[in-house]
Amino acid sequence: MSTVTFTFDGKTYEGRTGDTLAAALLLNGVVHFTDSAYRERPRGIVGLGHEEPNALVYVDSGAGEPMIAATVIEVVDGLIARSLQGAGDLPDTRDESRYDKKFIHADVVVVGAGLAGLAAAGEQAKAGKDVVIVDDQPTPGGHARATGESIPAELLAVLDLPNVKYLPRTVMHGLYDQGYSVASERRTDHESSAVSKDKARIRTWHFRADHTILATGAFQRHIVFANNDLPGIMLSHAAATYVARDGVAVFKTAVVVTLDNQGYRDAVRLHNAGVKVNAIIDLRTDASGPSVEAAKAAGIEIITGKTAVDACAKEDGTVKCVSVGNPDGSEATCIDGDLIALSGGWTPTVHLATYIGVKPTWDASLAAFLVKSSNQWYSTAGMLAGDFGGDDSPSVFFGAAQTDEQALEAFVDFQRDATLRDVRRAIKAGMQSIEHVKRYTAIGTAHDQGKTSGTITMGLIGQALDRAPDEIGSLTFRPPYIPVPFASLAGRERGILNEPERKTPIHALHVAAKAPMEDVGQWKRPWYFPVGNEDIQTSLLRECAAVRAGVGVMDASTLGKIDIQGPDAGEFLDRIYTNMFSTLKVGASRYGFMCGIDGMVFDDGVTTRLAEDHFLMTTTTGGAAKVLDWLEEWLYTEWPDLKVYCTSVTEQISTVAIVGPKSRNLLAKLSPGLDASNEAFGFMENKFADVAGIPARIARISFSGELAYEINIDAWYGSHIWAAVMSEGAEFGITPYGTEAMHVLRAEKGYVILGQDTDGTQTPMDLGMDWIVSKKKDFIGKRSFSRSDTAREGRHQLVGFLPVDGQVVIPEGAYVTAESDASSKPPVKHIGYVTSSYMSAELGRSFAMGMLANGAARHGEIVAVPFDGKVVMAEVTEPLFVDKENTRRDG
Amino acid sequence: MLHIPCPYCGPRDETEFHYGSEAGVAYPENREEMSDEEWGKFVFIRSNPKGWFAERWVHSAGCRRWFNVWRNTVTHEFGPSYKPFTQQPKSPA
Repeated sequence: MSTVTFTFDGKTYEGRTGDTLAAALLLNGVVHFTDSAYRERPRGIVGLGHEEPNALVYVDSGAGEPMIAATVIEVVDGLIARSLQGAGDLPDTRDESRYDKKFIHADVVVVGAGLAGLAAAGEQAKAGKDVVIVDDQPTPGGHARATGESIPAELLAVLDLPNVKYLPRTVMHGLYDQGYSVASERRTDHESSAVSKDKARIRTWHFRADHTILATGAFQRHIVFANNDLPGIMLSHAAATYVARDGVAVFKTAVVVTLDNQGYRDAVRLHNAGVKVNAIIDLRTDASGPSVEAAKAAGIEIITGKTAVDACAKEDGTVKCVSVGNPDGSEATCIDGDLIALSGGWTPTVHLATYIGVKPTWDASLAAFLVKSSNQWYSTAGMLAGDFGGDDSPSVFFGAAQTDEQALEAFVDFQRDATLRDVRRAIKAGMQSIEHVKRYTAIGTAHDQGKTSGTITMGLIGQALDRAPDEIGSLTFRPPYIPVPFASLAGRERGILNEPERKTPIHALHVAAKAPMEDVGQWKRPWYFPVGNEDIQTSLLRECAAVRAGVGVMDASTLGKIDIQGPDAGEFLDRIYTNMFSTLKVGASRYGFMCGIDGMVFDDGVTTRLAEDHFLMTTTTGGAAKVLDWLEEWLYTEWPDLKVYCTSVTEQISTVAIVGPKSRNLLAKLSPGLDASNEAFGFMENKFADVAGIPARIARISFSGELAYEINIDAWYGSHIWAAVMSEGAEFGITPYGTEAMHVLRAEKGYVILGQDTDGTQTPMDLGMDWIVSKKKDFIGKRSFSRSDTAREGRHQLVGFLPVDGQVVIPEGAYVTAESDASSKPPVKHIGYVTSSYMSAELGRSFAMGMLANGAARHGEIVAVPFDGKVVMAEVTEPLFVDKENTRRDG
Repeated sequence: MLHIPCPYCGPRDETEFHYGSEAGVAYPENREEMSDEEWGKFVFIRSNPKGWFAERWVHSAGCRRWFNVWRNTVTHEFGPSYKPFTQQPKSPA
């Protein structure tokens, strides 16, 4: 042990390495630790570990901690901590520490390195199993570590076996189905107060084990009486450990109030360490056993049949004395003590077992909820399994009778400042189940999650209703067992590694052109290409105008691409798409819709026939993975007789679209060997030719209504082609455009974007695209088109909206109401909604698309669109605004 | 996190899979002859038993293949898994 200097609440103290912050503060005489969150009552350290409800700190040094118990962190040189009043704040600064995670497949994971855990691990290891032992303490021994009992050498030797992995300072905080569990290992905070950038500060362990043995031990309970929250009133096991093991000397006199023999053992430990134990107060009148005999031999006065009723404070706010009386509260008299040590019975740590649905059972002889069950995946050992050792025969009791006034000061959950009075009020309000009382009183909902208060609350409700604690409901806990920093769960997957970013091969050129990016799923797509200081609207109008009048270029590489091959590929596509693909000529492309079995459109795209048995399907950017899953589902589960194979080739192909009336001139320049005339290279045809020296498939496809070509090349050459298009296109005024302009251009033509204009409740007919539905063949979804709801009159149908005031852009998502409702007071029935809405450079006005009840029959009507506290009138039109004769696509 | 027995790859973590609802519900052959009610039942209704349930999963982040498996909806236990178009093993119940 070496000496360290640390700071608490602005004061500097000395401590010893290996001590918890709680022990170090008690060694320095800090008994009044903080004030409570709601009632601002003085509070001190109560417990020894994760059960601590009062002594919460904010750590400023190193990585920082917004809220952690002083009982679970070790003092190190330079530690800076301050007390919290029940609530913490996240620091504003970024945590620069390293975090990581590891995965282990083990035969057996043992939780807890107490004597029971070590024994269980040893048994498994000797049977040849690969064993992992996780333990929250820095050294093994569990309970024995606290009491100073010797740990048998053969148990410690288990940790050195080659097939045993021992993880100290590691808390298992989640246990799940089929042997999956998660634990947090603190690796550096006990070594240094500095930020740990190289060694992982916290490592998250993921285990998959054939069997998990829970040897999680138990926490001691307090006893409920008036003013039981005064600083200096502690759990007896914690108090005796701080005094006898750690050398805390701040308490000169003590009173032990007990319901079991643990109180006697702790009284003797206090006595032997030099504390004058004024009395042991035992509710029981028949206590016996070696622990009782030892206390008698030490000459400690034992008062039986009495318990704590009230307590008084000294001027400094710490406890002065405990008032001891009958369990009905009568005949109370005071006994002095700087320390009032409470032994209210043991609460085994059942949390992990309840996470996997195990119901703990109440054992009245031990006054505890236990888990004695086991199955293939879990078993228990030690106190959790009911092996309390010792000579205990505890009383089932949670606190003396209290007047309503006393009950107001008799604390059940210290951290929530919840009292016996709150529990009584809940019961009087008709609540009987622990689940209801918990929500009414907030007991068990704080940082400590009721580790000390849970069983007490069930006991108190039981006492009030004359029932056993397990008749009040069952203890249900949820992971994590302790507060866990998000950073430790994320590990190294932070910042740029948090979510994969997908970038096209041309991305670097877009960044160099200073194009702001839009997130489309995981893809980064250029949103617009501002010139100089243009804002988005200016840039957008310029980009759109350039495409309509000259030539624009867009990176379309993100479109999902699925390569479909096999002799039955044509038949397969006929079944998947609403329209016919088996008749498509080699070298031709066709736009298709696919529907679910409910007849609703869920993806669209252009599919090209590259050979008799070879198609290349494109999907929406966001739908690629979902569509591939869909194709595989039908091939695997319904049509295994079809010889078809599907492969994702999204990232293998770069697509550069050149769009606009001058795109043919540009293509001719880029690909001198190609006859790009309308006669030689028709709409929806493909040509294979070199573009800027690179073999390419050129597709005459248009998503803007303009003459357009998509140049598809091996992804490696994406940047090369883009650069060539930019330099060769300079003389035509080539204008790069982003997703925003693409959206406007397609909307001007009434082309839908699946997922923006649709939400999975539209048939092709609802979108006005009856032409895409084949009458000659069957396909997925067809039967649903004749379902009464799908075929009914009055469905929402795609329409255009032209705001009467062409300068107003209606927000997307706005509801549409009838003209006659323009001045009605809400609630007003809506008859549709807006899905796409923009300002158009071509039209010189705003326009929108959306769904409208019976919309196809309402062109020419006026509707009212309320938003932002006003109502805008708009005319219903067909969803087609530019080049209604479709003449531009041929240039 | 469930540990799902893929019949092609062996047991793997749930995060590698996508769920596919009830197993053994065939795409009807006689779709055009079915009443709206019968068709609606096929499209929208699946059983939701308490206990053992044969269901479909796809090993999306693995072999990408679909398969069927018995799972207990109460205990989350897995029974035998089996490939499509093979004999369904008996319910473990």
